[in-house]
Amino acid sequence: MLELFQQSFVQNAFLAGTIVALVTAIMGYFVVLRAQAFAGHALSHIGFAGATAAVLLGISSLLGMFAFTLLAALGMGALGERVRGRDVEIGMVLSFALGLGVLFLNLYTRQGAQTVGILFGSILSVTRSDVLVTLACGIATLLLLILIFRPLLFASIDPEVAQARGVPVQLLSVAFLLLLAITISEAVQVVGVLLVFALLVAPAAAAIRLTSRPAAALALSIVLGLAFTWGGLVLAFVGRWPVSFYIAALSALFYFAAIGLDRLRKPRRGLQSSIAPDSCKVLGHHPIGHEERMSASEAAH
Amino acid sequence: MFDVLQYPFIQNAFLAGSFVAVVAAIVGYFLVMRGLTFAGHALSHIGFAGAAGAVLLGVDPVFGLLVFTVGAGVGIGLLSKEIRERDIAIGVIMTFALSLGILFLSLYSGFAERAYSILFGTILGISQTDVLVTAIFSTLTVGLILFLFRPLLFTSFDPQVAQARGVPVRPLSILFLVLVAVTVSMSVQVVGVLLIFTLLVGPAATATRLVARPAWAITLAVLLGLSYTWIGILLAANGTWPVSFYIAAISFGVYLPVRFLAPRWVGRRAVKMRVVDQEPPADAVLNSTQKTEVCT
Repeated sequence: MLELFQQSFVQNAFLAGTIVALVTAIMGYFVVLRAQAFAGHALSHIGFAGATAAVLLGISSLLGMFAFTLLAALGMGALGERVRGRDVEIGMVLSFALGLGVLFLNLYTRQGAQTVGILFGSILSVTRSDVLVTLACGIATLLLLILIFRPLLFASIDPEVAQARGVPVQLLSVAFLLLLAITISEAVQVVGVLLVFALLVAPAAAAIRLTSRPAAALALSIVLGLAFTWGGLVLAFVGRWPVSFYIAALSALFYFAAIGLDRLRKPRRGLQSSIAPDSCKVLGHHPIGHEERMSASEAAH
Repeated sequence: MFDVLQYPFIQNAFLAGSFVAVVAAIVGYFLVMRGLTFAGHALSHIGFAGAAGAVLLGVDPVFGLLVFTVGAGVGIGLLSKEIRERDIAIGVIMTFALSLGILFLSLYSGFAERAYSILFGTILGISQTDVLVTAIFSTLTVGLILFLFRPLLFTSFDPQVAQARGVPVRPLSILFLVLVAVTVSMSVQVVGVLLIFTLLVGPAATATRLVARPAWAITLAVLLGLSYTWIGILLAANGTWPVSFYIAAISFGVYLPVRFLAPRWVGRRAVKMRVVDQEPPADAVLNSTQKTEVCT
């Protein structure tokens, strides 16, 4: 087992995986808190078109992902709150982006293997320079996030009060989406376009189920994210099944275990858990989910 | 341009594509009206695991798709109160299903090509048997929808009033999700798991923006769906680009201008108002889609 670590592709996989797991776990906490899980899903699908365009042009697919996801994040930021609840519109844009991706791959000859790599991750073929790019982007993302940490947390938990106190909520929201675009572009290397949810949302959502204190939830989210990634990599080396399958399976297992635990404790915790609503577009029947209040206040304006 | 029609595989593609386009447009109309488009998306992703499992077992992928999507449809229907509001839960299940699919395919030797064809469709490689299966299931689905047309429409527009009037809302919604599951399984052959939106939701969403009356909207959706599919197959047969790209591009290209140019008073809101006018005023609990419409 241990001699595996002498091989450079294993080292690269672990290095890139660790950086990605750290960044996605921290960003994921805010994604869940801000109920933007679907935005993450959308950004990764749009990134698929970018990644395939880059493959076609013969440049690194990471660059293509960056270009497309950053543009899409700017677009979403410009639309702001109007993006919420627009399943049909978002779905149409997503499908078109995927369709474009298919076209680009079709123009490129070795379509099959490349597609699967982008869609489901190709962590075992990450190069040393990819690791360096990932590291640089990861550090930049985390530094920026630390810089805006407190206002972002405030704006995420209670946007109206934050706005009233003079926090630039709109600006923070655009900045956050841009950081999210970078994070997703990196995460795609590990788990692929289709499985971004497993690293971005599942650890944070499970952590929020288990504790309601931000610091504890963040720490737990990081621990879970690292555990899923390392666990997935180790299992993949031992068991020969794809890394992304193990990561997705581990995260699904833990997420539903966390829901089960939360259910068991619910009578004691009462209303606390509704501080972190996890539905990003259906404004359903959460008694005091913050989205509901937001939409209610929007309707009142 | 049209001489490609003499090849049997193009004929098969046209036959299967037409059945799928009709049934997807009709089911899609109700899907849009019920605000369940995300469920359609989720079902297709879950179906990927089924299709991949079937490939591994050496069975026709359609049957794997049917088993998984119908199972998931019933599951979503039964848990609707809990799950419909839970994007994250659906997202995690979807992700897990996709990864399961990739696991099954990685155990199979023709790995990448098979994954590609399930994800993005293989209408040009469809067999006579597939056409027959598609025809049977599509006819059954359309037949059931016509049979249930009125109660289904009523529960889609105003579930609360329908419930009060004694319409069996919950069984209907589960049955509807099963029909969606069957439709998704059929559509995957044409556009693949990932582009299901283009055939299922695209035509219906465009039609509801243009005309208000359900019968007209459904007719228009069917016409749009058929023309997207036919044009897509014709262009692909004559060129080198994939069918699913053409269908996705046409579907998006038609939807976009309609979405922005159609006068705001046509479409969904007008329909809803008309229905509400005829019925006693709906109670204060608006469902999520209506609420979002109010917000904008």
